[in-house]
Amino acid sequence: MKRSVLQIESLRVSFRIQDEYYAAVDDVSLTVHENEVLAIVGESGCGKSALALSIIGLHPPERTKLEGAVVFKGKNLLTQSVQALNQIRGKDIGMIFQDPLTALNPLMTVGKQIEESMDYHTTLSTAEKRNRTLELLEHVGIPNPSQTYDRYPHELSGGMRQRIVIAIAITCNPALLIADEPTTALDVTIQAQIIRLLKNLQQQLNTGILLITHDLGVVAEMADRVAVMYAGEIVELADVHTLFTRPLHPYTRSLLQSIPSLQTPKETLHVIQGIVPPLTKLPRTGCRFRSRISWIHESKHEPHPILREVEPNHWVRCTCYQHFYFPDGGEKA
Amino acid sequence: MTFLRVNQLKVHYPVRGGFFRKVIGHVKAVDGISFELKKGETYGLVGESGCGKTTTGRTIIGLVKATAGEILFDGKDLTKLSRREFVQYRKDIQMIFQDPYSSLNPRKRVLDIVAEPLRNFEKLSPQEEKRKVQGLIEKVGLHSDSVYKYPHEFSGGQRQRIGIARALTLNPKLIIADEPVSALDVSVQAQVLNFMKDIQKEFQLTYLFISHDLGIIRHMCDRIGIMYRGQFVEEGTKDEIFHDPKHIYTKRLLASIPNADPLRRQEQQKLRQQIEKDYEQLYSRYFDAEGRVYPLKRISETHSVAIP
Repeated sequence: MKRSVLQIESLRVSFRIQDEYYAAVDDVSLTVHENEVLAIVGESGCGKSALALSIIGLHPPERTKLEGAVVFKGKNLLTQSVQALNQIRGKDIGMIFQDPLTALNPLMTVGKQIEESMDYHTTLSTAEKRNRTLELLEHVGIPNPSQTYDRYPHELSGGMRQRIVIAIAITCNPALLIADEPTTALDVTIQAQIIRLLKNLQQQLNTGILLITHDLGVVAEMADRVAVMYAGEIVELADVHTLFTRPLHPYTRSLLQSIPSLQTPKETLHVIQGIVPPLTKLPRTGCRFRSRISWIHESKHEPHPILREVEPNHWVRCTCYQHFYFPDGGEKA
Repeated sequence: MTFLRVNQLKVHYPVRGGFFRKVIGHVKAVDGISFELKKGETYGLVGESGCGKTTTGRTIIGLVKATAGEILFDGKDLTKLSRREFVQYRKDIQMIFQDPYSSLNPRKRVLDIVAEPLRNFEKLSPQEEKRKVQGLIEKVGLHSDSVYKYPHEFSGGQRQRIGIARALTLNPKLIIADEPVSALDVSVQAQVLNFMKDIQKEFQLTYLFISHDLGIIRHMCDRIGIMYRGQFVEEGTKDEIFHDPKHIYTKRLLASIPNADPLRRQEQQKLRQQIEKDYEQLYSRYFDAEGRVYPLKRISETHSVAIP
């Protein structure tokens, strides 16, 4: 049994919009284990990034309400002071963001940027810091560490920049890495390299990775377990193999049918009816996906859907999955 | 039937530097590419960022000036036309842009956005204009009352359909779609792609489809051209490119597409490592001393590869 590194317990993240709080993340519980990639997948506005940012306390406190608990190394991160969080962020929890160009300081050489995090969290001497930085650069696959050390971010390609961001994130061998769309801004060939790098780091450093993405291809390549989010809730949670071969929730099944497949091409793609309702108009009771599968009778949904373990380690919300079918009949494996 | 022919097209940007800002070199964004579009087909231009695919599209529609080469459309060379002469061709070639959030003017109503091409080219009374715009808006699946709304009142997919409605107003013959769904969520992506296929049949459109996403390219395109550093690496039908790629660069590109089957992870990883090894070992066979690809060589009726 793997040790858990992060427990999210009934987390609710609400934002204030015109004096009213709306939950973007609604009662989410998840556990990230060591040496595992847990992917959170969903479309824009489903709450996946809001969830990730709340773990490291990056939401503006004056208009955000956080409820529940995020337990990391025995501490609830939601109740920590900024000073205490600063001791954890960048040290025990590393972060990788989507766009490496905006995540890096354009006026600082990459070497100095990697050392900056050591300045905060370690007591290494200048020479030790330099050695550690060169080691890290080599570790993330930068071909010429000593030359790259003195370069500025704009002198590097997108893939190299993302490697620098990853080097900064793993400076202090974090127990947890939060990767928010780490490959979305990159080309496919570079994406494949970065995915391999992250997988290797996961095994070498025994790190737990929380991967936030909208790309089911990246999930299939990288994740060990997957949580599918829709409208602020987790609708399905399973290991990656089960999720791709035996998806149960209507939303998961619809998503998988709407991507053009390289293996089994087809003429028309499945389209999910309607749109994701805006945060202020989310249905707060009943199955949140019901308006988008209107051909399934109301009575097939639960009045208060809960995430249920339908088979070992496979969790699905609401009973509607038992009755779901595609109106056009087509679902290819 | 050849409909548009691009012949040895080059787009070079001067790089200035030194004293007096003299031209010290050129960025060869597009460097001598040739291809043809047949009526009613979808031609895919694929490549990684910076390969020149977008510049090619923008040159055809006249947003970027060609340095050399020809763009033959209906027998006329678009690169040689004066501004005034070019205007009438602009009706026939329209563009769908990548980001539906920045390609629609936030201060204009949908009616004004979609009617703008009409106002430029046709003299219609306000009633006729409104009727035409409402017809188009319904065609793209929005309610006819939407014409009085502003872009921010729509979702991403709806906005992209407004962009498509605008591209359709003048009954174009060729539509250049530059990453039309990259900014959209997967479920909305499916909706826009299906819709583009539908209107292609209805309006007998020819698409030049520019994308970096090989899954979408495979879904949409009949023929495909792979670009690398401003040149073509390989060109062929969908089946030739996906089932029988000849150039090492194409193989590498195809191998890096994420595999949607988690069980085949190991297999895919091995394939990638093998191709990466080939890429290093056989590099000199596919690229010349300056790291550029060789000119295209025809290996069958439809399939060409850049090998010496």
